[in-house]
Amino acid sequence: MTAAAGYDDVVVTAPVTVPYQRYSTKGAHWFLGRAVAGLLDASGLPKSGIDGLCVSSFSLGPDSAVGLTQHLDVSLRWLDHIPMGGASGIVALRRAARAVQAGDASVVACIAGDANRVDSFRESTARFSLFSQDAVYPYGAGGPNVSFAFLTAYYMRTYGATAEDFGKLCVAQRSNALHYPHALFTTPLTLDAYLASRMIADPIRLFDCVMPCAGAEGFLVMRRAEAERLGLPYARLLGAIERHNPFPDDPIQYRGGWVLDRDALYAQAGVGPRDIDVLQTYDDYPVINIMQFEDLGFCDKGEGPGFVRRNSFEVGGSFPFNTCGGQLSVGQAGAAGGFLGIVEGLRQVTGATLGAQVDGARHALVSGFGMINYDRGLCSGAAILGAA
Amino acid sequence: MTGGVRRKNPILKTRQPTLPPALRSRVALGMTAGAAVGRLDLQQCEQCGTVQYPAREVCRSCLSGQLVWRPQDGLGTLLSETVSRASMELYFRERLPWRVGLVQLAAGPTVVAYVHAACAAAPADVRVEVALDRAGQAVLVAMPLDAAVTLAEDPRLHDMTCDPTHRKILVTDGKSEVGQAMVRAFAAAGASQVWVGHAEPWKQPPGFAALAELPQVTLVPLDVTDGQSVTELAGVIGGKVDIVVNTADHHRTYGIAGRRGVETAQAEMEVNYLGLLRLAQAFGPALRGRAADGDAGAVAWVNILSIFALANFPPHGTYSAAQAAALSLAQCLRAEMRPAGIRVVNVFPGPVDEPWNQLVLPPKIAPKGLADAVVKALKATVEDVYPDPVARDWLERWRADPKTLERELMAASPSSAG
Ligand SMILES: [Zn+2]
Repeated sequence: MTAAAGYDDVVVTAPVTVPYQRYSTKGAHWFLGRAVAGLLDASGLPKSGIDGLCVSSFSLGPDSAVGLTQHLDVSLRWLDHIPMGGASGIVALRRAARAVQAGDASVVACIAGDANRVDSFRESTARFSLFSQDAVYPYGAGGPNVSFAFLTAYYMRTYGATAEDFGKLCVAQRSNALHYPHALFTTPLTLDAYLASRMIADPIRLFDCVMPCAGAEGFLVMRRAEAERLGLPYARLLGAIERHNPFPDDPIQYRGGWVLDRDALYAQAGVGPRDIDVLQTYDDYPVINIMQFEDLGFCDKGEGPGFVRRNSFEVGGSFPFNTCGGQLSVGQAGAAGGFLGIVEGLRQVTGATLGAQVDGARHALVSGFGMINYDRGLCSGAAILGAA
Repeated sequence: MTGGVRRKNPILKTRQPTLPPALRSRVALGMTAGAAVGRLDLQQCEQCGTVQYPAREVCRSCLSGQLVWRPQDGLGTLLSETVSRASMELYFRERLPWRVGLVQLAAGPTVVAYVHAACAAAPADVRVEVALDRAGQAVLVAMPLDAAVTLAEDPRLHDMTCDPTHRKILVTDGKSEVGQAMVRAFAAAGASQVWVGHAEPWKQPPGFAALAELPQVTLVPLDVTDGQSVTELAGVIGGKVDIVVNTADHHRTYGIAGRRGVETAQAEMEVNYLGLLRLAQAFGPALRGRAADGDAGAVAWVNILSIFALANFPPHGTYSAAQAAALSLAQCLRAEMRPAGIRVVNVFPGPVDEPWNQLVLPPKIAPKGLADAVVKALKATVEDVYPDPVARDWLERWRADPKTLERELMAASPSSAG
């Protein structure tokens, strides 16, 4: 397999967050529309300055990205729709970067957002996928909590992770979130409170679960020259990978697709795990964080629990991680959860954080994971953003 | 007769039945066909043999479009499990928590399954069985390897069964040999109350007097050919019956040429088809209304049909036609009872060892064997019962090709066609 070409002078800029709400009567079009408005505001571009759009949303139906173009009255020469949940941000970034690099578009707005009405999470879970509808949801309708409980219990049994390990990550993320203005959780979390939280699907506790909410995230992809012309702080896209359905013969998931592609990622970026100043993982359940520490090469498979015990994960810690609080503390605004890490990583390497800043952050690794189609997350991806 | 109508407390809101999620893709319904008779079927590729799960349109391995449902032994390893203490569906919320797990089948796929309380903690060897849940859909259950453990022993999974223990049962005709055997079987199975319908009180067949001595038994007047009789009984006990077992049967042994007029055929239709319709109209709403009463709720409706319902057996031609009509109506009843979670169990015996089958060669199923099969079916989760070798032989031939069976039956006895 030949190595993928690099991304040249493609840059990422204009991180935008449409503030999260636990429940909202507004539709996905509202949140996505406000994200585009935020991008225009942040960049100073007129609507006509955007000629590409990449959309991720679970609740946009029956519309697709096409419907959104008329809803927002934008004329485009490039359009994509990425229905990949927690991996959608990374995949959107990859698609947009190649479009800009090849000249198919000059400025691509990547947006993700979802509505959250009172019953919408149940509805979207019941019909999340054909396999899920046929072979998961009828067994107790526990949703992702149950699917991740299987993986978590298996990981704990196999590699010796403990509730305290997961709790340490949750506590650190909450500590980071206390500085971030859009986090839905605004009070400190102690390890004791974590351990005392009620079981939802053993060994998954309440504080292992993200809170579904409404909101949106967005960023712009363009050439460096364009960003400089607009006077926008930007991050370079040093490398990016994605993988789908990586290990179909694993009877249960204990590793993600990153294992197959991380060498290519670091080679493309010209940096290694030691050069990463800040890590943003997809944190829909703490076990997936530990899996990403391992599979992205920060430690070996099975050493995740030891890695957690050796490090501290606050913004000022030995391994700054999920620095805005991640979905566990900010909330999961549907597909926007797959964009949260990119937007926060971009803010970190451009020195424009809304919360706590990691000193001298030059390289951010952002990782995505998504789509429990049946018994495992199928999509994985990662990108390395470099300071200008 | 037991006392009058039990009146509901008007202040208490009647509980509405809730059901597990019933939505399935069309291809996934293939598993339900096996589950209806208690058999675990999974898709297997005709080209490469790969076992598939969840159900697919094409083979996951070779992409062939030829997937067929084949019986599986279900042996596997419980890889991981959880106790789900929260649910998005009311049915589960009313019954939390649930033990569910991931099982890797020796045949290949990993399946999500309910985990029986008697299973050891993961990792453990298990045997995956299929069951019909209260929505009538097939679900997988990981059972311990010990074959003696039953679904009903797990309190959560018990809800999928229609276990007659401690239930109140109406046997619509208790005078026939089948009816009497059925009453005895339910009494032995621990039913708390068996109402025994009897038409023509002046007739006292052998054994019937002794039946009335059983402590659980109450004789009730019931003539399924008489709408008023059916309605009156439903008015008295309809609000209490948990399981209706329709044993009413009128069986004569004529084809078309052997009999002038339509009186015999009419009588068969009056009992076997219209009798079921009258019962369903009178008792169906009452059962549906009590489906949510928990362990004491209405759960099932059993129709004792005949394997002749599948294809006409010419020596019993008009009877076969009445059975075919009854089967068709029973399918309608099943559809109408399903939203309440009431299981309609259709039983298709081959020739029963009773007077009207005197001239039929053995093997014939004894009334007691038939009754025991019904109790067993209710303790499990099946909805179609073929209780004897002749019935299963017919079924196999009918499934293989109904037309071939029709030709075979043109010159045949039921046990030795062809
Ligand atoms: Zn195949």
